[in-house]
Amino acid sequence: MIRSEDGPTLQTPQDISNHLERILPRVEKPGRYTGGELNQIVKDWQAVKTRVALVFPDLYDLGMSNLGLAILYDQINQREDALAERAYSPWVDMEAAMRQAGIPLYSLETKHPLASFDIIGISLPYETLYTNTLNILDLSGIPVFSSQRSQSDPLVIAGGHATYNPEPMHAFIDAFVIGEGEEVIHEIIERHQAWKASGAERSELLRSLSHIWGVYVPSLYEARYEPDGVFSHIVKLVDDAPLPVVKRIVSRLPPPPTNFIVPYIETVHNRIPIEIMRGCTRGCRFCHAGMITRPVRERSVSEIIAAIETALEKTGYEEVGLLSLSSSDYTHILELVTAVSERYAGKNLNVSLPSLRIESFSVDLMDALIDSRRSGFTLAPEAATERMREIINKPVSTQQLLDTAREIYSRGWLHIKLYFMIGHPSETVEDVQAIADLCKAVLAEGRKVIGKRASVTAGVSTFIPKPHTPFQWVPCDTVEQIRAKQDLLRKALRGNGLKLNWVRPEDSLLEAWLSRGDRRLANVIYHAWQLGARFDAWGDQMKFDAWIQAFKEQGIDPGFYSHRERPIDETFPWEHISTSVRKKFLTEDYLWSRQGKTRIDCRERCFACGILPTFAEIRRANPGEVWQCPEVKSRRIPIRDLQSPELALPMVEN
Amino acid sequence: MRIRLLFAKTEAMRFTGHLDLFRAIERMIRRSRLPLAYSQGFKPHPRINLASALPLGFTSDAEMADIWLQEEIPVELIQRALQDAAPPGILIHSCFPAAPQASSLQADLVACDYLVTLLEPIPNLESKVDAILAASELPRQRRNKSYDLRPLIEQLQVLSPSQAGFARLYMRLAAREGATGRPEEVVAELGGDTLAARYHRLRLVFSSPVTSN
Repeated sequence: MIRSEDGPTLQTPQDISNHLERILPRVEKPGRYTGGELNQIVKDWQAVKTRVALVFPDLYDLGMSNLGLAILYDQINQREDALAERAYSPWVDMEAAMRQAGIPLYSLETKHPLASFDIIGISLPYETLYTNTLNILDLSGIPVFSSQRSQSDPLVIAGGHATYNPEPMHAFIDAFVIGEGEEVIHEIIERHQAWKASGAERSELLRSLSHIWGVYVPSLYEARYEPDGVFSHIVKLVDDAPLPVVKRIVSRLPPPPTNFIVPYIETVHNRIPIEIMRGCTRGCRFCHAGMITRPVRERSVSEIIAAIETALEKTGYEEVGLLSLSSSDYTHILELVTAVSERYAGKNLNVSLPSLRIESFSVDLMDALIDSRRSGFTLAPEAATERMREIINKPVSTQQLLDTAREIYSRGWLHIKLYFMIGHPSETVEDVQAIADLCKAVLAEGRKVIGKRASVTAGVSTFIPKPHTPFQWVPCDTVEQIRAKQDLLRKALRGNGLKLNWVRPEDSLLEAWLSRGDRRLANVIYHAWQLGARFDAWGDQMKFDAWIQAFKEQGIDPGFYSHRERPIDETFPWEHISTSVRKKFLTEDYLWSRQGKTRIDCRERCFACGILPTFAEIRRANPGEVWQCPEVKSRRIPIRDLQSPELALPMVEN
Repeated sequence: MRIRLLFAKTEAMRFTGHLDLFRAIERMIRRSRLPLAYSQGFKPHPRINLASALPLGFTSDAEMADIWLQEEIPVELIQRALQDAAPPGILIHSCFPAAPQASSLQADLVACDYLVTLLEPIPNLESKVDAILAASELPRQRRNKSYDLRPLIEQLQVLSPSQAGFARLYMRLAAREGATGRPEEVVAELGGDTLAARYHRLRLVFSSPVTSN
């Protein structure tokens, strides 16, 4: 049983600090729990109107690398009338020690208990943080169910990629932010201040928040189901609740944060993250991020360089990550890479440039960026046959992949990492076997160039059909199917210079249930947590049995969410959340995939996914290459209607 | 040029381990814009040498490091630049130029002085300290290895209590290659809870002066 019997008792920062003195020497990596790092911001608690605790519901070691929270920390602390502090999940040893001593979860900056903040803002970039979220609320002495919170409890909000299907967590979160947080956080703070001054009921705050573009207040809606259990529709409980709830975007990316907190202990990405571009024009059909982060907006080279310079001065970091979903597609990538490499040559600065396309130009880019350390080069073909890559809309020829690999080895890299997925729609044993064959072919290219020193690692994850993507109708592989495919790969990928990494089938299935679930999953999450589930993203902590039991207790078959092929006209429980990529577009794209038809990069040809009609006004106000969507000049949107897509649009056929 | 750095490791970095402290010093120097020297080779390392690893949870007034810069810079400028760039948790006391051929700080270190504050009282502390000092040997086990603690204790005495009323100990423990005394081991030998104590390093003792030219 996880919950303590007495609940938290200590309430003042001084009490908490005094007790920590006794506890910290007894836990693993106490540096996670102390705060006090360079660039943390400590404000006068009494001098502000609104106090926000920003929470990443996993370890400090991971959460400190979350760029979304760093942006919000920066945004909120720039306000004179508000402060933001940080909190993370304590590891199991620390949790036990805190519960025993009656220490509630506290903020790192000032050691205030989380319950004393006005707003708890939780980052949910992926689904396996859900039980940790419940645990954090419980450890803070805040009722885990939204409906049980009183006037004096903090407002609990959440955002991040997982919340584009907020329904499984609807019972625990007061308000979700769907989309980008930079502007909406200020509106939430302002509405909260107005409500606090008014002394009105908590329900009034929620209602007021629901009127903000991008905010979803689940308690203002109810879900309806068909007699056979399939989701039917959502109904509003109040007239003025928006339906659908359209995601929030910023019209242009604000200046990137540069004043990053520098941890005193090792964390996963201990570096300066600079987002060079948001969104992606490639349209890979499995890719959740690529669908939900549209439209593509870029930062200028000069803005990026200035940000790197300032961040280096403020942090002293020895590594910079230039982040985007597809670095090669950043319009001025060569100019950027040239500028960075000229400026920082010989300065012992590592620059990472993830997500490069499979082409020799990518090797040129990395060649320019990296002086000496050439350990590994990562490529993500995602599938091993041309047929399969056309189905997932990541068309690249096998010859091009092999040519790129040869180029990589000949320029001094010894190691190539290839990312694949198994479980793509219509995948056959031959497609899986092809993964092993392709890895061996890549290795053979390396052997030709550098002999025995060449090596290949295959990172093979399992495809999960995510909401809001063209593959949302597709069933997942069963545990048995996944096992059989992984067994095949384990046997085939033996030998010198070959390595295989895979994801446990149970981990993939849990992710599938949580990402595809509806409101009925909330009780499953609650019960799984009560049965001891937490740290579900950690292989050694994840309790699959607890989840199975929780499903059983709730009388729900998890396969209903993961293994059922959805009819093309099924209504999904996440449809009232609009990414502004229209269902019509997703449906068409799914049907195209079944015919092996691909779409070209949408910068070359707009496919009218729905972004531009939804945000036409914003695009018109922000002309030029800030956005990669076509310009909107007239009142009419110059996109042909997609009544007959076969005729209207060019496509690449196989 | 080789610079010898004297600094305190304070509360904020109490739980920062040796390797992470090394990282923090590298980042501090990078922020200061001083031209830190790096080793040659496949994976260049910053040329920073710490005198002695401070165990996790300890604070210190007397840490020392040698750092190498790519060019000659007046030492006052170096000191000011580092003071400005230091993170919470590192307090720069002073900088000295060191002879390039001088032996390493580790090689010259012979002992360390510690101040230990006991958060839980140890009954009959004075007599237990006397017993330790009178003993000819103190066989102990650490990480499944037997060793004799007694020769590692050069000095041990009970000080006046802290302002908050906690008992305090002063100890000088050997810190030579293969013969390093740990203050927690002394607390354990006294029958105390090693985790209910604060450990603070007061001084590094060297075989010959290390901060003169």
